[in-house]
Amino acid sequence: MKILNASGCLDALTASAVARSLDAFVTKSVTPLPREGNAPPRIAEVEHGMLNSIGLANPGIDRFLAHTLPRLGELEVPIWVSVGGFAVAEYADLCDRLDDRPEVEAIELNVSCPNVDDVPASVGEIVAASRAATRKPLYTKLSPATADIAEVARAAQKAGTDGLSLVNTILGLALDEQTLKPRLSRGAGGLSGAALKPIALAAVYACYEATGLPIVGMGGITSGRDALELVAAGAASVALGTILFADRQRNRPRARRTGRDFQDCWARRCDVCPVNTLQIETFLPG
Amino acid sequence: MQRARARVTGAEQIGPYTLLRVARGGLEPGIPGQFFMLEAPGRPLPRPMSLCLTPPGELAFLIDPIGPGTRALCALQPGDQLAIFGPLGNGYRLDVERPLLVGGGIGVAPLPNLSDALGHPPAILGFRSDWHAEAAQLVPNAEVVVEPTFVTEALSPGHDVLACGPEPMLAAVAKLEPAAQLAWEAPMACGHGACYGCAVQIDGEIKRLCVEGPVLAAEAVAA
Repeated sequence: MKILNASGCLDALTASAVARSLDAFVTKSVTPLPREGNAPPRIAEVEHGMLNSIGLANPGIDRFLAHTLPRLGELEVPIWVSVGGFAVAEYADLCDRLDDRPEVEAIELNVSCPNVDDVPASVGEIVAASRAATRKPLYTKLSPATADIAEVARAAQKAGTDGLSLVNTILGLALDEQTLKPRLSRGAGGLSGAALKPIALAAVYACYEATGLPIVGMGGITSGRDALELVAAGAASVALGTILFADRQRNRPRARRTGRDFQDCWARRCDVCPVNTLQIETFLPG
Repeated sequence: MQRARARVTGAEQIGPYTLLRVARGGLEPGIPGQFFMLEAPGRPLPRPMSLCLTPPGELAFLIDPIGPGTRALCALQPGDQLAIFGPLGNGYRLDVERPLLVGGGIGVAPLPNLSDALGHPPAILGFRSDWHAEAAQLVPNAEVVVEPTFVTEALSPGHDVLACGPEPMLAAVAKLEPAAQLAWEAPMACGHGACYGCAVQIDGEIKRLCVEGPVLAAEAVAA
């Protein structure tokens, strides 16, 4: 089992020690053109989590390939590049341009950003076009804000995704204590943090049962125990998001074998789980 | 930039604000105007705070209890511990000939440290009430104005202005003093450039305050 960061929650170039402690670093989503994102303010802490309405701020694929990726390659940690687009052809083009870059271990298709107005085409079409454009492993990141996430997962599988990243944030709204007006200039924003965990667990279980695909489980992990629950629900790996902002001195994620059996795995319906001896060391002591 | 668990050494009331003092340990104070991320007990995110004072062996932060995180920080007691990370961002340029410090409300926070670094130049501080104005005692050589008088009414030309305060005050100062250095504020999550959450729109451009700021030149704003 691997431990990654959730896209957009870590800058590997300014926090390289944390990035190196991961099994792979996932970039902030890259789009075809540079994007400044939404108007500020675009961060609001809430009870048990936070909202963001960043809106895919990034330097664009040209600058990313020329300046960012070579520097990431020097970190000697596997790089997963998250890509975002507004049309099927944009995803395919991004995947095509990443295909021959040796620094890139895998591509994550962000088809679920809650902070942009343009709704991309169907997940199946995006995955199929991306599949045709690259030989790199493809992980498709889905939104939990759908009536039947298992159905979306099946469509992604049929179109050729190698795995799933579950889940992206879900829209929430926070109001100012004094004015009772939205604290984010966009109004609503993506909710992450501890409040997201039960939603992530439900999505991981539903998609694992529907597809059997490798899943990177994420959403509200604040302890090793939380990570273990996502694995118990069907995730093969986990990613850390909001917790990375909390206290990076203490948050050095580690996975190690403990010898403790993880039996009677509920999601996998097996007596002794394939991940039975893998326990994530609690990385939040005290 | 370092990370540490620091012990609280004192928490004093100054008007509505709390001056939170922590043991410095291995933390460097950095340049006036830089900030630190302070763990807010029980909250998901740390809070960015500019350094207010550097007593021997300590770092001190002036905190306005306006929300759950700042209230948790103000409730800390001597002996409590908290995680601190910094110094971060860009501070004030100190190569100025005729410095004048301008502060509004909790924006007074970085000015005591800045005043010490510049040899206690004159300052103009604006507050909404006499109670808030008690914070002026932290800044030597300060002229204090209280609403409905604004700091811009007390500004005289011919100075190198270094300011911190609410956005309307900074915008007004920028119009009068295009060469001023202004320290801005925004909610932050990571404090080091990863999340792009603290961006502000300045001169039509989005800037990350934690990396490109929090101190920015006024020219960029006044356009």
